[in-house]
Amino acid sequence: MSFLRNRNVQCLRLASKRYLNTQPSYYGHIPLNWFENAFLAVGSAVMSLADPRRGDMVAALGETTAGPALPKLREKMLASAEGRQVLKARPRVNSKTVDMVALSKLPAGTFGQSYFNWLERCGVTPDTREPVRYIDDPELAYIMQRYRECHDFYHCICSLPVNVESELALKYFEFANFGLPVAAISAIFGPLRLDSAKRSRLFREYVPWALKTGGNAEPLINVFWERRWEQNVEELKKELRIEDPPPARWGKPLSEAAREKRRRELLQQASTGTETP
Amino acid sequence: MPAARRRLRPLQLHARLTHSSSSDTTHFGFQNVPRHKKEDMVKSVFSSVASSYDVMNDAMSLGVHRLWKHDFVSTLNPGASGPSKCIDLAGGTGDIALRILDHAREKHYDRETTVDIVDLNPDMLKEGQKRFKQTMYHNTPQVSFHVANAQALPPAQFPSDNYDLYTIAFGIRNCTDIPAVLREAHRVLKPGGTFACLEFSRVDNSLLSTLYDSYSFSIIPLMGSIIAADRDSYQYLVESIRRFPSQPDFSEMIREAGFTTGAPREGKGGAWRNLWGGVAAIHTGVKL
Repeated sequence: MSFLRNRNVQCLRLASKRYLNTQPSYYGHIPLNWFENAFLAVGSAVMSLADPRRGDMVAALGETTAGPALPKLREKMLASAEGRQVLKARPRVNSKTVDMVALSKLPAGTFGQSYFNWLERCGVTPDTREPVRYIDDPELAYIMQRYRECHDFYHCICSLPVNVESELALKYFEFANFGLPVAAISAIFGPLRLDSAKRSRLFREYVPWALKTGGNAEPLINVFWERRWEQNVEELKKELRIEDPPPARWGKPLSEAAREKRRRELLQQASTGTETP
Repeated sequence: MPAARRRLRPLQLHARLTHSSSSDTTHFGFQNVPRHKKEDMVKSVFSSVASSYDVMNDAMSLGVHRLWKHDFVSTLNPGASGPSKCIDLAGGTGDIALRILDHAREKHYDRETTVDIVDLNPDMLKEGQKRFKQTMYHNTPQVSFHVANAQALPPAQFPSDNYDLYTIAFGIRNCTDIPAVLREAHRVLKPGGTFACLEFSRVDNSLLSTLYDSYSFSIIPLMGSIIAADRDSYQYLVESIRRFPSQPDFSEMIREAGFTTGAPREGKGGAWRNLWGGVAAIHTGVKL
């Protein structure tokens, strides 16, 4: 299929007046120059505020505003033995790499069990993370992807559900722990979408906890979560120096996991349907 | 045609050489794809942009596309010599059809002019039908919607020598076989009927061209990802503009299909008229 060429190579040949480096560094990479980066940063900021369900815009905002924060995270990872192992192995977190069945069978009190229970309780799956597109260095792109994919682990270890005020509390925690600008931007503008009762509770109880714990805790980017499924969760929290937050409001489970399950069942039915005459 | 080749800039020459009508691949933006697949790929691009098509047009052109379409329809002046039977190809969301009907009604007190809106993509037609529900032409014989391929209009539905005006606005560059579209246009038009095409074209002025290129390749795909969550479709759209033949070449293709056009130059009496320095161009021809 030699006629199916990489689109960017064609761009370079047919429109060589364009930028020097339009070669992608990894699959799905879209190189941006400084102007496009700024444009996307502003556009995605406006769009994520207008429609917070646009996960792709929140992701784009994170990538375009990362700046020097990602190299700093890389330094943190390189300074820790476990962080170096994460950088070497580059584990990914999605429903293919996480064995849900095995997790459910783990004894109570382990981190794996607690993560499985958290997923069930909130009704989410580990599959909803956008791939990183706008970061040029493949290693920094991996670190961003790792941060995004481990977000649910942070939820679990901090015992926070997925409603808006808990997400914001977690954003303050992430800003204190990771230093990523997108966490700060979400933390500053996110509360505008809350009603005043929830907002005052957020600032009175959650933010002090989040900033204190986030600042005190070990850098969570270093943790090789996949090797700690069997570890006792309380012990893990003590090792990472994470304290429990003020009691949160756990609502009904979201429909995300149920929808995903239903979609997989339909696909299976369709494939077995075509196999049997 | 060595004279024509010398006129082409090196980049355009490369584009001409890689466009193969006899082999089984064709261009899809800057990619090369199997010929039989292009139609489906274009269809899926337009299915995915259909719901935000009008918003994106306004955002990308900063509203200028409205000026162009108004200019296009005013030039054609439908309804001037009595009620016209018009056919609008790739007319999905109904921009041109609505302007034709409004122009005939407002300028010529004409309520008998009809427009058949034809599009390959049913999702775009659905958007058109939705828009027409807000107008006075809904449920009247003045407008009708059809799913069909411009390269092969079914003769049962679209008999020969039937229409006074054939328009195609910002659609012909997406067709796999442009000469086939032009031949079908020639077939369905009455003798004396007009063919009119509004399309993005080549910008000659090098300063404008540099700005236009930067804008197209930097801003438009980003706008697509921000507003419509679909970068790839808008990347295809800007690439397909670069792949379209230049104004002289396209007017030659129109003549080859049997139309009579103006002189092979731009402007009054010419075969085409540039809008905004060549960012868009209106090509017209008459079937004699």
